[in-house]
Amino acid sequence: MTTSPQTDPGPLRQSARSKRATRIADAASGGWKVVAAKILGLGVVDAIAIYALFVLVRSESWLVAGLVAAVTLLVNWIYFSRGKLPAKYLAPGLIFLAIFQIFVLLYSGYIAFTNYGTGHNSTKEDAVNALLLSSQNRVEDSPSYKLTVLEQLGEISFLVTEPDGSVSIGGNERPLEDVRNAQLEGGVAVGLNGYTSLGFQDIIAKQTEIAAISVPLTDDPNDGMLRTPDGSSAFLYTSSLEYDEAAGTMRDTNSGTVYSDIGTGAFTSDAGQELLPGWKIDVGFDNFIRAFSEESIRGPLISVTVWTFAFAFLSVFTTFALGLFLAIVFNDKRMKSRKYYRIIMILPYAFPGFLSALVWAGMMNQEFGFINTVLLGGAEVPWLTNEWLAKGSVLFVNLWLGFPYMFLVTTGALQAIPEELTEAATVDGAKPWAIFRFVKLPLLLVSVAPLLISSFAFNFNNFNLIYMLTNGGPRDVSAGVNVGATDILISMVYKVAFVGANRDYGLASAFAIIIFILVAGISIISFRRTKSLEELN
Amino acid sequence: MKVTKRGLWAVGALTVTASLVLTGCTAASDTTDSAAGNGGSLTVWVDADRASVLKDAAADFTAETGVEVKLVQKEFGDIRDQFVAQVPTGKGPDIVIGAHDWLGTFVTNGVVAPVELGDKADDFQAVGVTAMSYEGQVYGVPYSIENIALVRNTALAPSTPATFDEMVTMGEAAGTEYPFLVGLDPEAADPYHLYPFQTSFGAPVFGTDADGSYDAEALEIGNAGGDEFAAWLAEQGAAGVLNTNITGDLAKEKFVAGEAPFYLTGPWNVPAAVEAGIDVAIDPIPSAGGEDAQPFVGVQGFFVSAKSENALAANEFIVNYMGSEEVQTALFEVGGRAPALTASFEAASADPIVAGFGTVGENAVPMPSIPAMGAVWEFWGVTEAAIINGGDPTSLWQKMSGDIQTAIAG
Repeated sequence: MTTSPQTDPGPLRQSARSKRATRIADAASGGWKVVAAKILGLGVVDAIAIYALFVLVRSESWLVAGLVAAVTLLVNWIYFSRGKLPAKYLAPGLIFLAIFQIFVLLYSGYIAFTNYGTGHNSTKEDAVNALLLSSQNRVEDSPSYKLTVLEQLGEISFLVTEPDGSVSIGGNERPLEDVRNAQLEGGVAVGLNGYTSLGFQDIIAKQTEIAAISVPLTDDPNDGMLRTPDGSSAFLYTSSLEYDEAAGTMRDTNSGTVYSDIGTGAFTSDAGQELLPGWKIDVGFDNFIRAFSEESIRGPLISVTVWTFAFAFLSVFTTFALGLFLAIVFNDKRMKSRKYYRIIMILPYAFPGFLSALVWAGMMNQEFGFINTVLLGGAEVPWLTNEWLAKGSVLFVNLWLGFPYMFLVTTGALQAIPEELTEAATVDGAKPWAIFRFVKLPLLLVSVAPLLISSFAFNFNNFNLIYMLTNGGPRDVSAGVNVGATDILISMVYKVAFVGANRDYGLASAFAIIIFILVAGISIISFRRTKSLEELN
Repeated sequence: MKVTKRGLWAVGALTVTASLVLTGCTAASDTTDSAAGNGGSLTVWVDADRASVLKDAAADFTAETGVEVKLVQKEFGDIRDQFVAQVPTGKGPDIVIGAHDWLGTFVTNGVVAPVELGDKADDFQAVGVTAMSYEGQVYGVPYSIENIALVRNTALAPSTPATFDEMVTMGEAAGTEYPFLVGLDPEAADPYHLYPFQTSFGAPVFGTDADGSYDAEALEIGNAGGDEFAAWLAEQGAAGVLNTNITGDLAKEKFVAGEAPFYLTGPWNVPAAVEAGIDVAIDPIPSAGGEDAQPFVGVQGFFVSAKSENALAANEFIVNYMGSEEVQTALFEVGGRAPALTASFEAASADPIVAGFGTVGENAVPMPSIPAMGAVWEFWGVTEAAIINGGDPTSLWQKMSGDIQTAIAG
């Protein structure tokens, strides 16, 4: 745009330029409606972002607040500046990608290198607090004290009345002293001259401070401390654990055992006994080593891996074969009412998969299931409790769930193959099978192969189906491991890492990474091969 | 033009979602932060059933004390893991409702604070307080107690059977399709429902130590009584009295249809039978092995977060308020679950069904909450299923006991 209209007044050039200018202006500014909509939309977005910022700043989450501010500014800049059409299209998708994919990936990658899980849930500081909190034992047969919380010059004192009526006062590190001139109400001391008695509201307002107060019963701390759980009564506690901050050790005051931090994420005694809760630490590659060395995993690993590959491959193969067959059948013009059949075919796809799996589990009940009682006239076929039949049942149910997808995809791909090719082949004297085998299938595979690969990856991790239909069973009880005949890698990982209520997120994440590497490797190789397929055509 | 608009909506939706996602985690802390300034506020996680029940109680508490109670509705099954995950961030709730068998996980993760029931401890049913204890320390306020019992169709069986064999005889005499129903699973049987029979042979899962809590070191399941129980399972399986193909849903369906006089189940399945016009009586579980048949009892209650900044208000709410007779009775009237407070339970016992389950519950034992129980569940049910379906009882049972031992030690 260095030339000015005066120096280059060519009529043709000018009209082209003005057209282009109009087009750009149109695209950039649009009519006033678009501008209004833009302002309104961004206004809503900004309002929510500012609300979010307030909340975040108040809870002192600086990092997240910074991110929200940066993203909001970026979004405003993108949508208010002219041009930047690619950014306008891509920004929402990229932001979603960052939040829901990249962050999650990085986070589970990080977890794989920690011992995060049951018993290693938080920081060391939290673990120390929790241990000290639960080591407070109420002194046996000690009375419950009626409590009035007093305040004098900002200092909190406890005015306690014992069940026998004697009244005493004490505070943090100030042992109880007898008091004679307290104001009594129904035998309970409720006030003392020179002090302000705190009502429930005042107590609630200062509850963090009051909950932290422990009043020694006597000069000897071993006699116990008075603490209050609710502000209206106090109880006598002794602590069975003592934390030595300088040495970083816990000491059991009853047995004298010392538990020290030996770098395993929990206080451990010399005899190897751990105090739980521990805390979260980085453990390097330990989880990956465990994934291959732990007996409960190593034993069934090979058979489970083989079955996982077989399951994923056969699932893709059977669903594709059936889907393709039906697509060809329903693609034939001689077929009447194709539309209605097609709708029926899609139905299994429309039900939620986990629900279907549960329904199938009921239908495959050996004695009362629909298949055995109605279809097979009372035969007792152990569909889900025999090792091989269960594998077959899993594949069958997955076929039922998966063929509509393949049917849809191949129908579309088939319709995209020009009719002339079939005609030309027929003219050349090819039989229908030859047409399918040498003309249609290769063309079909070019467009469908990537979907087959992603279907393989999906079935490789098809946790829902296995969990809902067989839960990995049937199990060989004499094998001594919690892994069954239909367990695939992901369901085995679930069983190993999550036993009962115990969670081992570190191990689970390490496995997730291993499985990811497997699936990614297979997909890359397959995609390479698909490319060569394309070149052939 | 159209494109720009669509992009706008997309970005709007995006930022809304993103902001909500980012603030969602921090929203709860918002309430805790403001607590110190005014009358204070408590965040309580409850499930959908209890949310409606607690609404009035919470409003009354606010009116009485000025402390605001925010009820956050959660899926009951999700509360455990979410509580464990959120407390360490300092942004979890102050109080959660939960089942007593979560306690092991809570304590090992350091997310719950002990609760002092003080003199009120005696006002609760003993099993409720025992269930809420872990290693001698009380961590929760019990609110309701649930256990299984023998539900009898009085039209088909007129009297209470004394033993399991007598029950089967009576059941066969009734001429129905099944003498006795219990919901099992083809793959994993159901150790929970079969446990009273197991204890009647003198084979509890764990022994108890001095203060009455379960001891993971003392695995009792494989003792001589365990072998007898396994042999009994094989016998009943062969006779068809126990059938792993009858799932929980099927058992309920068949009892409601009047196809069996006896049904081993909990109070949750009784309303369906009553609605179907069946006159039910709640009987003690008949002993199979001669000793008392003790079912597991499940106790629900309230726990306080270890990192609650409103500890005093939280304790006041759950111990002195939720633990009071009026509130426990009111909760029973709305929710229908047998109260844990003795006085309220006695009031509720006017209902013969509540009283019937309660009588059986007096004899019941808390389901172990120690983490070692996870290893037990892993092997227990599948072994029972294998024995019922014709496996060799003694060798499978001993194998199971050994596997559990190894899993606990490892």
